[in-house]
Amino acid sequence: MEKFKKTTSTVVPLPIENVDTDQIIPARFLKATNKEGFGDNLFADWRYNKDGSPKADFVLNNPTYSGSILVAGKNFGSGSSREHAAWAIQGYGFKVVVSSFFADIFKNNALNNGVLPVVVSPEFLSEIFEATNKDSKSTVTVDLEAQTITNNSNGKSENFEINAYKKECLLKGLDDIDYLLSKKGLIEKYEASRTIVY
Amino acid sequence: MSKTLFDKIWDAHVVSTVENGPTQLYIDRQFCHEVTSPQAFNGLRARGLKVFRPAQTTMTADHNTPTIDQDKPVKDPVSRHQLDTFAKNAAEFNMPIYYPLGHKKNGIVHVIGPENGFTQPGMTIVCGDSHTSTHGAFGTIAFGIGTSEVEMVLATQCILQARPKTMRITYNGKLGKDVTSKDLALYTISKLTTGGATGYFVEYAGEAIRSMSMEERMTICNLSIEMGARGGLIAPDQTTFDYVNGREFAPKGEEWDEKLAYWKTLKSDEDAKFDMELVFNAADIQPMITYGTNPGMGMGILESIPTLEQIDEAGRISFQKSLDYMGFSAGEKLVGKPIDFVFMGSCTNGRIEDFRIFANYVKGKKKAENVTAWLVPGSWMVEKQIREEGLLDILNEAGFQLRQPGCSACLAMNDDKVPAGKYAVSTSNRNFEGRQGPGARTILAGPLVAAAAAVTGKITDPR
Repeated sequence: MEKFKKTTSTVVPLPIENVDTDQIIPARFLKATNKEGFGDNLFADWRYNKDGSPKADFVLNNPTYSGSILVAGKNFGSGSSREHAAWAIQGYGFKVVVSSFFADIFKNNALNNGVLPVVVSPEFLSEIFEATNKDSKSTVTVDLEAQTITNNSNGKSENFEINAYKKECLLKGLDDIDYLLSKKGLIEKYEASRTIVY
Repeated sequence: MSKTLFDKIWDAHVVSTVENGPTQLYIDRQFCHEVTSPQAFNGLRARGLKVFRPAQTTMTADHNTPTIDQDKPVKDPVSRHQLDTFAKNAAEFNMPIYYPLGHKKNGIVHVIGPENGFTQPGMTIVCGDSHTSTHGAFGTIAFGIGTSEVEMVLATQCILQARPKTMRITYNGKLGKDVTSKDLALYTISKLTTGGATGYFVEYAGEAIRSMSMEERMTICNLSIEMGARGGLIAPDQTTFDYVNGREFAPKGEEWDEKLAYWKTLKSDEDAKFDMELVFNAADIQPMITYGTNPGMGMGILESIPTLEQIDEAGRISFQKSLDYMGFSAGEKLVGKPIDFVFMGSCTNGRIEDFRIFANYVKGKKKAENVTAWLVPGSWMVEKQIREEGLLDILNEAGFQLRQPGCSACLAMNDDKVPAGKYAVSTSNRNFEGRQGPGARTILAGPLVAAAAAVTGKITDPR
């Protein structure tokens, strides 16, 4: 996994609530057996017409907006557990997703792919939307080390939460499997100690 | 210290705790299907790893499979490649429990788990599928995971998880006549919204739950994820033990007695503290339908869609977008609206009891001509039971055909897609935009409302 670095970027605003993982990547694109290429179909049904041409009114097709930070309405990533949603977001080039609320499974999947979900207050979220609306070149800075997010258009900052272990994983580019493999001895000891075994 | 049911099972599976971090949790059983596992097996290959405990994983193909002509080669080459990859992974990693397409134990992962006795009280269960919460009906900690986590469990039989908060939802009294457990679940989600239980593991309790069959309990636990919960569970009781007893992978003889004694301890202590408690009256629940594009947008079948003024200001854009997609208006009643498709099946309502309810309602009636009905059993075992109980004759007589098992139109990865703009009354779990096919409009309901819609051709109160 790539190491997560401090990021300053313009943002892509998606002020819609309850964006579920079927919207992020529709099921018919889940037939692949590798992790590559999902970025092309990120938000496919909102992004493309039936004939594959881009829908002009969707934000990813609007050249005004770009950047490595996606900002979305509350309850982002609900529904299906498909990690393909995280692969699509990462594959498209997003490094951070900002929202006032995330669904649990998506949050884990994002973290396991080096994409940082940042939870902000509803006010902070609407201020980012306002700033981007006014000036699409306005930027946001995400500093994982300091656990702060800054709206550079008004200078306001908020702290965000992340558990210390996951933070270290992202900063060092380590994944959970490395950690678990280092605990094989403990796992075997646990198995031997059980009285009820399934 | 007194403990909740969740605490008891969780604590029994803690291998270690990462400092300032998650718990290393031991997993008793993993279920794998063809869509969310190939990248996990690739990961093992890339690291040169074996599967740590192959016998603790059950593999079945279900998501990306046709529901007709399963004995013939799968037509879509991309789907066929995914199924072939699944087979190759099962063989290469020496996985002893593998049910490919057409196998008599094949079916939807959350249907075959319980019916073969893989699912037992007190277990931890994971699967790369959010409806893994279904297995919680047996008093298990069962939850959906991503593919990276599937890989972790294959490699180490463990997962790193933050301990969720606990919630108890108690339903006092009994459900009304012709109100199903699906209605109870949709009612609950409509009250909590799709994010209302995020961060929690939910225990369902109360008289209405106690009096339910295992099939009904599975429907409720299945839908836990639709209110954002990590999972849902129900304390095991005699109904649970009777269901598990005698199934192929269930314990036998002395082992059964030993496990049963343990299972009987699996309930929340009387003074156990939950982080949140909610109470509903079962009698308040009506047959439910959804009107929008997430499962929280539900209402009693005779009620009206909320008006714009009744919606939070921040949510109005999303609300209106959702109604526009569905072709409905704020404040509108839906009863009597014509529909085009009925989908009966899925891990939510694809079990034998659901087909009994459906068949019982359509008996002696005829399918409406304007309706295309897809009846898809959750597994080959369910299919067999439908035949053996004479339900197939009733269904055929009423003009319905039975398809072959799989996830089918619940997520429309195969050819079972509802065309754009068409209305489908569906017993599945998600009414998201495009879920049942690009542009498809889904109205979620229980098997009884689905049966009523199938014979009248419109949204109909089955009572």
